[in-house]
Amino acid sequence: MKIAEIEKHLGKFRVGVAGAGGLGSNCAICLARAGVGTLVIADFDVVEISNLSRQYYFSDQTGRPKVIALQQNINRINPDIRVIPYQVKLDAGNIPVIFKGCNLIVEAFDRADMKEMLIDTVQREMPGVALIVGSGIAGWGKSEDIKCRKIDDSLYICGDETLETSEELPPVAPRVSMVASMQANLAVELLMKMN
Amino acid sequence: MRITLNNREEVFDRDVMTVSDMITIRNFSFRMKIIKINGKLISRDQYDSTYINDGDNVQMFYLMSGG
Repeated sequence: MKIAEIEKHLGKFRVGVAGAGGLGSNCAICLARAGVGTLVIADFDVVEISNLSRQYYFSDQTGRPKVIALQQNINRINPDIRVIPYQVKLDAGNIPVIFKGCNLIVEAFDRADMKEMLIDTVQREMPGVALIVGSGIAGWGKSEDIKCRKIDDSLYICGDETLETSEELPPVAPRVSMVASMQANLAVELLMKMN
Repeated sequence: MRITLNNREEVFDRDVMTVSDMITIRNFSFRMKIIKINGKLISRDQYDSTYINDGDNVQMFYLMSGG
């Protein structure tokens, strides 16, 4: 299949990105470059200097809401991609509303309890919408431990499923973007099978 | 009983087993996890009251912070 045909196909779809930190910002950029037509991106946070070590923002964007900064960055790459930003803290009540109509959702939260909440909400309230979860991105090296795993048609997991981030094992750019790219790659694979 | 756990056949030496029992037996001690039985998500508050039956397809993964 030629790149133009792939872009035309992906252009028809809408993908939700829950969180715009290390996983979400890098994954959204990847999806936009691949040509996914509409990205619904939700995050409550603003860009901080410390984010720039691994998140897809620039130093002149500090203080700006992440979803707005990411929308600007995506539109600088490709103005035809439609970004729908929500500067909001996602919860069980607003997730089904914000991500309504999405063909699939990428989970890109930092905190494990938020990941659990999103999985619980999407699996119960949004049947048929596939969710791609990130779990285990901390540190560096150990590329061979990172994998994508299908739980079932509605749930996939990317990461090493082992290492938690901490002060001594922070998220570092290469490994974070590897998992973010794997989530995006899986999203493209699923979208290419959809009509 | 014989179940499929994360795509592998596993034998448990008992006839009745709750999700909590399985967690204890296999020492799945990490707190943040997702468990599905035959495709159905089991919430944490259901671990004590949900039974795993012979032949069930059980899937479990840990949720590591970081993202």
